[in-house]
Amino acid sequence: MARMKFLCDSDRCIECNACVTACKNEHEVPWGINRRRVVTIADGTPGERSISMACMHCTDAPCAAVCPTNCFYTTADAVVLHSKDLCIGCGYCFYACPFGAPQYPRVGNFGSRGKMDKCTYCSGGPEADLSEAEYVKYGANRLAEGKLPLCAEMCSTKALLAGDSDIIAQIYKERVIKRGYGSGAWGWKTAYRETVAI
Amino acid sequence: MLTKRKSGDANRTKIPAVTAGLAREGVDRRTFLRRSGLAAGGLAAIGSIELGSVKKASAAGSAVSGPDVVIKKNVCTHCSVGCTVTAEVVNGVWVGQEPSWDSPINRGTHCAKGAAIRELVHSERRLKYPMKLVDGQWQRISWDTAINEIGDKISAIREKSGADSVYWLGSAKFTNEASYLFRKLGAFWGTNSVDHQARICHSTTVAGVANTWGYGAQTNSYNDIRNAKTMIIMGGNPAEAHPISMQHVLAGKEINRANMIVIEPRFTRTAAHATEFVRIRSGTDIPVIWGMLWHIFQNGWEDKEFIRKRVYGMDDVRKEVAKWTPDEVERVTGVPGEQLKRVAEMFATQKPATLIWCMGATQHTVGTANVRAFCIACLATGNVGAPGTGANIFRGHTNVQGATDLGLDVTTLPLYYGLVEGAWKHWARVWEVEYDWLQSRFDEVPAIAGRKPRSRKENMEAPGITSTRWFDAVNLPEDQIDQRSAIKAMMIFGHGGNTVTRIPEAVKGMSKLELLVVADPHPTTFSALDARRDNTYLLPICTSLEMDGSRTASNRSLQWGEQIVKPAFESKTDYEAMYLLAKKLGFADKMFKNIKVENNVPLAEDLLREINRGGWSTGYCGQSPERLKAHMKNQAKFDLVTLRAPKDAPEVGGDYYGLPWPCWGKPEIRHPGTHILYNTNLHVKDGGSCFRARFGTERNGQTLLAEDSYSLGSELTDGYPEFTMGVLKKLGWDKDLTAEELTVITKIGGNNVDTVSWAIDLSGGIQRVCLDHGVMHYGNGKARANAWNLPDPIPVHREPIYTPRPDLVAKYPTRPDERQFRLPNIGFSVQKAAVEKNIAKDFPIILSSGRLVEYEGGGEETRSNPWLAELQQDMFVEINTADAADRGIKEGQWVWVLGAEGGAKVRVKALVTERVGRGVAWMPFHFSGWYQGADMRSHYPPGTDPIVLGESVNTVTTYGFDPVTGMQEPKATLCQIRAA
Repeated sequence: MARMKFLCDSDRCIECNACVTACKNEHEVPWGINRRRVVTIADGTPGERSISMACMHCTDAPCAAVCPTNCFYTTADAVVLHSKDLCIGCGYCFYACPFGAPQYPRVGNFGSRGKMDKCTYCSGGPEADLSEAEYVKYGANRLAEGKLPLCAEMCSTKALLAGDSDIIAQIYKERVIKRGYGSGAWGWKTAYRETVAI
Repeated sequence: MLTKRKSGDANRTKIPAVTAGLAREGVDRRTFLRRSGLAAGGLAAIGSIELGSVKKASAAGSAVSGPDVVIKKNVCTHCSVGCTVTAEVVNGVWVGQEPSWDSPINRGTHCAKGAAIRELVHSERRLKYPMKLVDGQWQRISWDTAINEIGDKISAIREKSGADSVYWLGSAKFTNEASYLFRKLGAFWGTNSVDHQARICHSTTVAGVANTWGYGAQTNSYNDIRNAKTMIIMGGNPAEAHPISMQHVLAGKEINRANMIVIEPRFTRTAAHATEFVRIRSGTDIPVIWGMLWHIFQNGWEDKEFIRKRVYGMDDVRKEVAKWTPDEVERVTGVPGEQLKRVAEMFATQKPATLIWCMGATQHTVGTANVRAFCIACLATGNVGAPGTGANIFRGHTNVQGATDLGLDVTTLPLYYGLVEGAWKHWARVWEVEYDWLQSRFDEVPAIAGRKPRSRKENMEAPGITSTRWFDAVNLPEDQIDQRSAIKAMMIFGHGGNTVTRIPEAVKGMSKLELLVVADPHPTTFSALDARRDNTYLLPICTSLEMDGSRTASNRSLQWGEQIVKPAFESKTDYEAMYLLAKKLGFADKMFKNIKVENNVPLAEDLLREINRGGWSTGYCGQSPERLKAHMKNQAKFDLVTLRAPKDAPEVGGDYYGLPWPCWGKPEIRHPGTHILYNTNLHVKDGGSCFRARFGTERNGQTLLAEDSYSLGSELTDGYPEFTMGVLKKLGWDKDLTAEELTVITKIGGNNVDTVSWAIDLSGGIQRVCLDHGVMHYGNGKARANAWNLPDPIPVHREPIYTPRPDLVAKYPTRPDERQFRLPNIGFSVQKAAVEKNIAKDFPIILSSGRLVEYEGGGEETRSNPWLAELQQDMFVEINTADAADRGIKEGQWVWVLGAEGGAKVRVKALVTERVGRGVAWMPFHFSGWYQGADMRSHYPPGTDPIVLGESVNTVTTYGFDPVTGMQEPKATLCQIRAA
């Protein structure tokens, strides 16, 4: 089984937001919900870096640990998904998530937020793969079609990598060795309790 | 920037019932690996991924029986990189977008706009049917009514005020075929006032570059930047304006450990990735370049052999450069001498080096001179005509290069033939119309205000009015406008209204027009500016994605885009709209003589074939529709770096991707196109060439022909002039012409067969024979460091009209007042008045404008796209932290930006940042729909208002025009900022 991960090479990310709109395009994500976004630090000064962020599909995901309805599950490809049928919109996962991934259609307390929505690693939800019910609730299921998340596939500078952990770590390592610099696999320590050794 | 997410005004949830489980193609292991970005060499790791997903895919594929998915390829419309867009279409509906892995240009990737482009086509906010303004209210009308009324009205205006009183504004989003057709329409109508967006983005590039070495375009390609060891990006921010180019730029930086130097007034997102950032004062590009050359000449880093063999007039440059000592450069530009020395050394000695520029260089009153200085820097260091070198000019729209090439320009007919009698006769032959009939369409211009009258013939050969000044040609007293009458009607195809400086003047102009026609997918700013109550028409035109045709990317590659879906709503293609107009005006039969028209839609392929038949001057003759389609089909065959297909590849063997012009001769001779211009290390049949001998053979006793330099395998081993039949005869090569070729040449030449040149030989024989002898038919000349025909033959520094340094104006004044393009250019008087009134005291902040990654151009289209609009919801001004503190302005608050002319002001949000230096403000140019504090949303036809509106920066930009092209000055003016 593959261990699917995201890796954003912040020395390549130019904050073009292709990952954000590719996600909107693929899943018809409504206004106000951002499964992925780009965060820029030190904006406008030397040292400025941008990182594309979404659900990292953590090992031992903290969202799953706090969910009162146990709506999260991890797929064979190590993708963290959830069931919108079970979700009660309590928002606990939002507070547990170190990456700010969970999104809600409404603003409010407890169940009034609506069903949580987040990055599915383009692999849908508990419904049958590629079914209409799955599409309506979670968007497209590219993994089931043998494709990778569209955000990474369309990344303008190939900064955002998606795929099996070993492979994307290898790509990143080769890149860093070739060019002589690299600020590391951002978020990996938090999400996966490991990092890319170079 | 300010508010990335905003709750409360959530738009609409739109999950169309896309058929689930579309039977898409299965995936094999190779495809799957490629998608994860893994190149050959990493195969050891595959064991871990193959099972889960691949198995699922095949299971799904076999279980689902959905409708057929048709894959269509077109080209993204949002910049000039030329990214292939791959669309999945089901039952005529565009349901999904997939990465275009095979394109050597974008390799699957997109920026925010490209990744959101599907939305453009079914945008609910598009103009859905023709409309007209009746007493201030929009009314729906039919296409028939619209065309009839418009046709009657322009005919009446023509009758009363002449052909030149109708202005034809075209678009850089046209296909090549539509661009050509629009220029032809202008010619048949009888005016040279036919223009498009290149005027306001890179007209100065085209003029400056063409005057240096022959052709006005990017010399190399985005992909070729991968070969550079040093790259200077000056006046450009590709990370936002051309994100996909950064894939190649960063690859060059990483693979070669190349120097990446950004020279800019602003610390841009591109600068964040640079190895060196040089902050300059806006409008001082020439002193910066001369400052670099000062160090280069001082230390002998110039390429002496290259200059000796291939450059004319470099000694004249040395004299000017000598004035720019490090002290003077620092005084004028703010750049320390040591830093510039370091940059100069890298550019001259760590080769190959390339100079990349965009609108920061071109949009100035000294735009042409800037570009010339950049070219001279390349020439002095021998950085032209080889891989990794060159003037890599990043242009703005999908097809701004093609639209420029095909003559949406007030100074020329298609493909740079100019407006001289020979040019008109050439196109008359291609079009198979009488030259005399074309002439009869033009106005006679009476003598006005002491100026000479113009006969029809003279008027036919006089450049038109530039788009930057259409409203001056409405507003100014008639005696100042050098044509039969002022402009009375505007025919605007695919062109925003907020892209030109001095909007308050444009509003005045709009209100005086007798007729305004906007043909566009969106109603544009023209409908939002509250200037009119009647005689205003909106024609819904489909997006470029709903049209067949070719587009020329910045690197001169032509790509054939296929219609993804039929035009939505009641919209029509540009082709059909132009045909209907021509039919109404009574010359459709003449205009479409050799073009097949089906149901009022002219066939794009036939239009391209006609371009091929006349496109000899620029090498648009070899790119037949069949060849271009084969390229799109075989994209995967082309090399990432050389852009060339292997010789044995079927259909496209040996070709460069997109047959980058010039692609010489008839399609049958299979010239491969020219990836890198002026590369003498290749045979002319392999895309090699030399500098064009365009400016004569000798000047002041010095030769203008190359010395000891020639392209590989040339039978002539020194410089030579351009070819005519006469030259061919002298060499005895005329015997190589076939009988048919000779017949055509004889027919064109009549009694003067010897004068028939390579550019007007419709048989292609002269080109073919020259190629066979390994020579370039356009001659083998020197590039010009001294371009004696330009106002400043050697670029000299001139302060912006509104400069923050009035103390420098006496030494570096702008050019004297002159008449250009039928209008007075009173830049000198305006600058003098500004200095005398001490404008810089009341308006102490430099104002500059530029691009955001989420939006494009005037922004109507992209601001109507919710996926993009959500990311940038407010118009803003970047203001330095110190300037903000001085004024008590806090991040995110409303401020007024006050313009230096006429009390103009805009209300925008403040973005307080170190990105701009002290005393500098910057605004994006994509916004409109607010005007001087007022929200104009209600003026759009209902339902067509873009999601995000905002003030246009051009409401507060000011006077100033380049003397060569009429380029406006939005990059260096002055403003004041106050809390609102």
